[in-house]
Amino acid sequence: MNILVCLKQILDPEVPARDFRIDPVRRQAERGAANLVTNIFCENALETALQFRDGPGVGSRITVLTCGPASADDTLRKAIAMKADAAVRIQEEACPDPLAVAQVLAAAARKLGGFDLILVGREAGDWGAGQVGGLLAEELGLPCVAFVDRLEVCEGGLRVRRQTDTGAEVLELRSAAVLTITNDEHNVPRIPKIRDVMMSGRQPITTWTRGDLGLEGPLAAGYSEVLELFIPVSDRRCEFVAGETLAEQVDALARRVAEVVGAV
Amino acid sequence: MNHTLVCLFATAGFDKSAQGLLGAAERLAAATEGRVTALLLGPGAGRLAQDIAPLAATVLVAEGGAWSDPQPEACLDAITRVCREIAPRAVLFSSDTWSQEMAPRLAHRLGGTAVGDAIALEVRDGVICATRQVYGGKAQAVIALRRSPGVAWLRARSFAPATPGAPGEIRDLGFEPGAVAHIRVVERLADATGQVRLEDARIIVAGGRGIGGAEPFQQELARLAEVLGGQIAATRAACDAGWVPALLQVGTTGKKVAPELYLAVALSGASQHTAGISDARNIAAINTDPEAPIFKHCSFGLVGDYRQVVPLLRERLAALCK
Repeated sequence: MNILVCLKQILDPEVPARDFRIDPVRRQAERGAANLVTNIFCENALETALQFRDGPGVGSRITVLTCGPASADDTLRKAIAMKADAAVRIQEEACPDPLAVAQVLAAAARKLGGFDLILVGREAGDWGAGQVGGLLAEELGLPCVAFVDRLEVCEGGLRVRRQTDTGAEVLELRSAAVLTITNDEHNVPRIPKIRDVMMSGRQPITTWTRGDLGLEGPLAAGYSEVLELFIPVSDRRCEFVAGETLAEQVDALARRVAEVVGAV
Repeated sequence: MNHTLVCLFATAGFDKSAQGLLGAAERLAAATEGRVTALLLGPGAGRLAQDIAPLAATVLVAEGGAWSDPQPEACLDAITRVCREIAPRAVLFSSDTWSQEMAPRLAHRLGGTAVGDAIALEVRDGVICATRQVYGGKAQAVIALRRSPGVAWLRARSFAPATPGAPGEIRDLGFEPGAVAHIRVVERLADATGQVRLEDARIIVAGGRGIGGAEPFQQELARLAEVLGGQIAATRAACDAGWVPALLQVGTTGKKVAPELYLAVALSGASQHTAGISDARNIAAINTDPEAPIFKHCSFGLVGDYRQVVPLLRERLAALCK
């Protein structure tokens, strides 16, 4: 199978809240000292593809694709070190508009051509719109299955499992599709070998501009616009329960808990 | 007429999420001088229609026949068809998997704009705007939906319910779903925990890395939850460690919950976790570190080792809750 995995480089979401700053005028986060990392759900998607190629989908070819600035090559290099077969970056500044991104990815997917399966992360840890997968499917005229965590083959196609609010569903696919991948204990991303990380620097990365994809005009698609970005202030103040001894404190805690849940 | 269309997959019944969704629709319809139409899909739609009729002008029911086994692609086609007929100004969904899968695709088909996980909706200068958490809950953004219709899936329990009025008209949708051969749900697996959906739980006892293993989760937290009539949840660290199933994970990468009480035990309160609990009515914590970020979200807490605190707490609560 010919598999495309879309990846996004984001500001490290593990930056603690106390170090997190925003630029309210440009309406985006300030990078500060934070690292840039690959979005976790994108890594889950790549891991799902790699496991598929290692197992039921042996012989599959995995291409990784990102839309971002030159720093996003690091995300592609890591994917190559994890053993993706080919890497493509579309030169763009980071953009919070999911339709604009989906249109760029769709144009790249069409130019590359011939994919049986396109995997994307369920959402990104920065803007978290959770829309690129669905919009990409519509741009390409493909069906879409969201929140997939397992991928197997079945007679005549693929069998996927996806998470729902009440459990899971198993779907069978008999056409090309876009899958959005969520995390599960089975798709924890592998750590690339040091040797593969060193080697990944020598692998070519194809870099295209929007012009190479035949796209004209500005990136924004007039879809959605960020009007405001702010850090909410919490008015909550924690009251530490009183008591000389632990037993007294627990007693006070129990009373507060019982009060809140309406037991007394 | 500026219709606000509410789309609900009926299986969950008239839960807190559905109530919030209708409340949001009522207020958005008022702000756009329109009215509410509800589209209920799948088994249970007829029963749900009775609950929703006093909250909507029209209720469309898709139940029975081929609707007994709803398929996502066919549902999306049906919703698209209804939207092309009534040309809604806004389409609102809940935040279940099917809704999240369909909302952006529906927006694309209608030439509209989608927005996800909205915690507030408003109309500014005639444009529908949604507030949502971004950057893993560390910030919030107001997003203008520049193209119409606006399609939003809501963190529906964040919204107050609607005020019942004269019952609206209940109608059968009037068409069968189209056949879908290339992509089908072939199996539905119920959650093995046998509990209420975490999103609907009234009381949640959550544990993190500090719990230390699968056994204390069961021995200490599950038993505490039982005394309170609540259920357990966990952080990503505890789920990734395999101590509890991933379905119980709360946070950016897990469930968004809204209980009366969220009791956070031995978890530090990383923003990716607390992003999932911002709608909790009360948050309390037990942690050995008084500087743990979780306390910034708490209304009350105790600094101590859960191994000592939880057994005592369980005993005291068992006595109080009798």
